[in-house]
Amino acid sequence: MRIAVVKVFLALLLVLGVGGPMLAGQQAFAQTPAAASVSQASRLANLEKQAASNTAAIAAAQTSGDNAWMLVSAALVLMMSGPGLALFYGGLVRKKNVLGTMMQTFAMMALVTVLWALVSYSLAFGQGNAFIGGFHNMFLHGVGLAPDPAYAATIPLQTFMVYQLMFAIITPALITGAFAERMKFSSMLVFMTCWTLFIYSPMAHMVWGKGGLLNAAQGGRIPCLDFAGGTVVHVTSGVSALVTAIFLGKRLGYPREPMPPHSVVLSFVGACMLWVGWFGFNAGSALSAGTLATSAFVTTHFAAAAAAIGWIAAEWIRQGKPSALGAISGAVAGLVAITPAAGFVTPMSALWIGLIAGIFCYFMVVKVKAWFGYDDSLDAFGVHGAGGTLGAVLTGIFANSAINPIFGAGKATGLLEGNWRQLFNQIGGVAIAWSISIVGTLIILFVVDKTMGLRVSEEEEHDGLDLSQHGEEGYDWAH
Amino acid sequence: MQKIEAVIQPSKLDAVKDALVEIGVDGMTILEARGHGRQKGHTEVYRGREYSVDLLPKVKVEIVVTDAMVDGAVNAIISAARTGTIGDGKIFISKIDEAIRIRNDERGEIAL
Repeated sequence: MRIAVVKVFLALLLVLGVGGPMLAGQQAFAQTPAAASVSQASRLANLEKQAASNTAAIAAAQTSGDNAWMLVSAALVLMMSGPGLALFYGGLVRKKNVLGTMMQTFAMMALVTVLWALVSYSLAFGQGNAFIGGFHNMFLHGVGLAPDPAYAATIPLQTFMVYQLMFAIITPALITGAFAERMKFSSMLVFMTCWTLFIYSPMAHMVWGKGGLLNAAQGGRIPCLDFAGGTVVHVTSGVSALVTAIFLGKRLGYPREPMPPHSVVLSFVGACMLWVGWFGFNAGSALSAGTLATSAFVTTHFAAAAAAIGWIAAEWIRQGKPSALGAISGAVAGLVAITPAAGFVTPMSALWIGLIAGIFCYFMVVKVKAWFGYDDSLDAFGVHGAGGTLGAVLTGIFANSAINPIFGAGKATGLLEGNWRQLFNQIGGVAIAWSISIVGTLIILFVVDKTMGLRVSEEEEHDGLDLSQHGEEGYDWAH
Repeated sequence: MQKIEAVIQPSKLDAVKDALVEIGVDGMTILEARGHGRQKGHTEVYRGREYSVDLLPKVKVEIVVTDAMVDGAVNAIISAARTGTIGDGKIFISKIDEAIRIRNDERGEIAL
């Protein structure tokens, strides 16, 4: 046996030893035209093979680059909920409600994630009609690691899915600001489950889903520009917040009793985290790590800064002092307003959008709320509903085809470029979001109120949600 | 023997303490307090809503001194605590019938 192996090995050596020079001789010898064309063809084939492998390598690099950015973006958006919004809202309530308020946001991180995995991703992004997806992707069936070019060609579909999940988490969490300090935790969980299934998922499908009614990128019938969720996230949550605040009624003692924020410091830290996280929210909505992400990143930052200046200026002029709470509220208002426009406008337009939003939301929160007398505890409507609506309309005005030729190269996008129709499309999209939010939220609130009751008892409200709902206190000064 | 109670700005506590020690006041009791006089606190504004804060942080210094030391102690407190602005505080003086040192049962001025 061993001898046979050795023989084969020697034979191979012989062939290579003799054949090598023979082949080289053949090459040197073969200078006839026919032989030359054969060799050129094989060289071409080699080059083509190398080019194909280079293209594959570049595609792989792009995929991993895009995927890296999208995973980071997803984490940034979750940071907006977890520490960001929880601290922002937590600081704005009285100290007996700090944990209850933070817990509402945290509960969304858990509840919506499970719902998303089971059914709401499928309802939002699955194949369906113009209004809602279907049940094909329930339990994440078919949501694997291969990309779905209809959503994002260079990242795994699971990355897209988890990124969208973070939006689905923060949207209902925003609503909690309107009914802070008075809703039962159990009813809140049921309300939010229904809200995610019946309002968020259809709205996300209409704007971003395959064949959605308002999906501008995929030929929806009312092409509505919403880069990162001005309509889907802020209008729906803000308007539902207003409806909930009015339906639930005012907090005990409002507005006679003083209810100042118990820690503007917590709110300040939270708002700064929201600003940072918003880069994932808006720049991540490019769904790749390319130039559009850069553009959205820049506009996001500019709008937040200009809006902070706008709110500070309005407050300074009208009330004599520029407050810290005003500055951070202004920044959030700017971030909200730029959200639908982030990937469609120039940095200079972003400054304008921010400035207008800062001043507008200041008047909504300080003046309009007082005129109507509703108790939107933490101004979820004043900042998100009003800012989101304003942003969606301004997107129709400022959208620029040089930044994002979504309707085709050289075709006008926004009103300033001459596309008047886009303004009406934007208003149409907002009107649909308002309608669904008002009607849907009212129905859910009515049913939950009749079956399990929405509000805590007067005694529980007096004690605060920390003790009455969770049996703990945020600050135990005795130890 | 008389008791001097001085309600002062918290930022003036160190100056008042030093001034009293300098004129020979040995013991004192310091209490953190909240209150207001004629100025009735201040207003804070959060998102356009005004909240009046009428109980402001203050410090109350209590000392008991011999009759002879009262004027000196009062003058020391006034000169150390005065800023000339609203909210500087007040001084109250009252008679003390008896003082007892717990450690050795000494009574009267010797116990101070």
